[in-house]
Amino acid sequence: MRTVSRGRVWPVLALPGLWLAAFFLLPFAIVAKISLSESATAQPPYRPQLAGILDAAAWRAFLEGLGFDNYRLLVADDLYWSAGLSSLRIAALSTVLLALIGYPMALAIARAPERWRPLLVALTVVPFWTSLLIRIYAWIAILKPEGWLNGALIGAGLIRTPLSILNTEAAVLIGIVYAYLPFMVLPLYGSLERHDRALVEAASDLGASPLRAFWTVTFPLSLRGLAAGALLCFVPIVGEFIIPDLLGGSDTLMLGRTLWSEFFANRDWPLASAVAVAMTLILVGPILAHRALEARRAEGRA
Amino acid sequence: MSAGRSTPFNAASLALGLAFLYVPLLLVVAFSFNASRLATVWGGVSVRWYAALLENGPLKEAAWLSVRIAVVSATLATVLGTLAAVALARGRRFPGRTAFTGMIYAPMVMPEVITGLSLLLLFVALGLDRGFWTVVVAHTTLALAFVTVIVLARLRELDPELEEAAIDLGATPLAAFVTVTLPLVAPAVAGGFLLAFTLSFDDLVLASFASGPGATTLPMRIYSSVRLGVTPEVNAAASLMVLAAFAAIGGAAVLSRPGRRA
Repeated sequence: MRTVSRGRVWPVLALPGLWLAAFFLLPFAIVAKISLSESATAQPPYRPQLAGILDAAAWRAFLEGLGFDNYRLLVADDLYWSAGLSSLRIAALSTVLLALIGYPMALAIARAPERWRPLLVALTVVPFWTSLLIRIYAWIAILKPEGWLNGALIGAGLIRTPLSILNTEAAVLIGIVYAYLPFMVLPLYGSLERHDRALVEAASDLGASPLRAFWTVTFPLSLRGLAAGALLCFVPIVGEFIIPDLLGGSDTLMLGRTLWSEFFANRDWPLASAVAVAMTLILVGPILAHRALEARRAEGRA
Repeated sequence: MSAGRSTPFNAASLALGLAFLYVPLLLVVAFSFNASRLATVWGGVSVRWYAALLENGPLKEAAWLSVRIAVVSATLATVLGTLAAVALARGRRFPGRTAFTGMIYAPMVMPEVITGLSLLLLFVALGLDRGFWTVVVAHTTLALAFVTVIVLARLRELDPELEEAAIDLGATPLAAFVTVTLPLVAPAVAGGFLLAFTLSFDDLVLASFASGPGATTLPMRIYSSVRLGVTPEVNAAASLMVLAAFAAIGGAAVLSRPGRRA
């Protein structure tokens, strides 16, 4: 097999490799370039609206500056700092919440009778197949002042005045946990299901209580799955756009939303590019860590 | 297996977790049959909002565009993703393997706003008219990784000696792959296609960047009306999208049943 296959890797690799080089790597190089060089982006065919939107004098001064002006602006303006910090804080907080909610679910699936497990895994994954937009839309209807949650709570006599949850950070956290739960449960389930049950059994036979067996055997063995799930959630959450846009208030700043509004509302393509580059620099560590974990998992299996 | 026993705590956490995942979707579907114009107040059963959808020309046009984009991009992503999976399964070690795997999986975790912006800037730099094909390229790039993951998992379960035997019996490597391996991984390939289809059909962010005037997809159209508020008509459209997703999952589940492996 090894002698036969070696020669065949390149022809098979060529097409997907070229596709990704052309449509993933090259575009990213263009983003990096545009974030630095304003002159290329000021050509009329590419951005005719800009001269009208920005003050002409300010725009000329902006053009005459050197390449790193967009980054200087990013660093100098508090808005971008708070968007960045708030993205990281919301992503970290929701990753912790996801772990707290996802871990018991993954454990329950791993401990369910074997013939039930595929069904339970499928039930966890199904929501991921439905549109994120629709799922977040459902939460608008639930959380808004005259929505279903307030209707139910007032109807039950638990509260008198409606809770205002929509357009707050709490709503954003709920939406993120809801949307990303499958991404946390699946890697956790993978590692919980795979680990050697004989070890847990041995711990029990040696007199460990179920709780002690969990903390000394099961939990340490599942840490890699926990890390994989956490990274798989954390990285895209930092750049999340739809959830903060639809559920958050105007004061819920996140980088994905900042990039979106710089691009679509302000039509400032170079600044949006600079935000994209800054976000990638922030995320490169977590992405590489996730890759390393996945590579180790794949080798362990191969 | 005394240690891995399920406890009431396990059952309760799973039941609560699944309820959290499903109740919002069920509420949307239930309220799509609401007779009241107030989207969140129940006013009796009616299908009037579905009838209204049928008369909503722009929405139907957007849905048809989304279906066409999803079919084309899922086909491309399935071919490219399967090739990538074969390369990764066969070539345990080749120069640039780490870079190649990184490039394949990066679009899965990369925030969509970054992927979308960078593709848009590429299309502008190339002077391409944005529309159907640029959205297809964006969706293919995203979905490729998901197809690779699904097909690679199945390829790793296969016995490599099956293909080797065919080669020993005189088949060319290509013939051995097409006649032996491909039928065995076909269910995973089909499952990958369905996932790629739904990823494309549901995508808002990449389409918003990659699309141009005149090519508004269904999620783009829904997004603009969702921003204006919750309406019964959007409830109906959302329910149909949930139904379509469930049909796709049902299809994928049937195709990838373990019993169909042989």
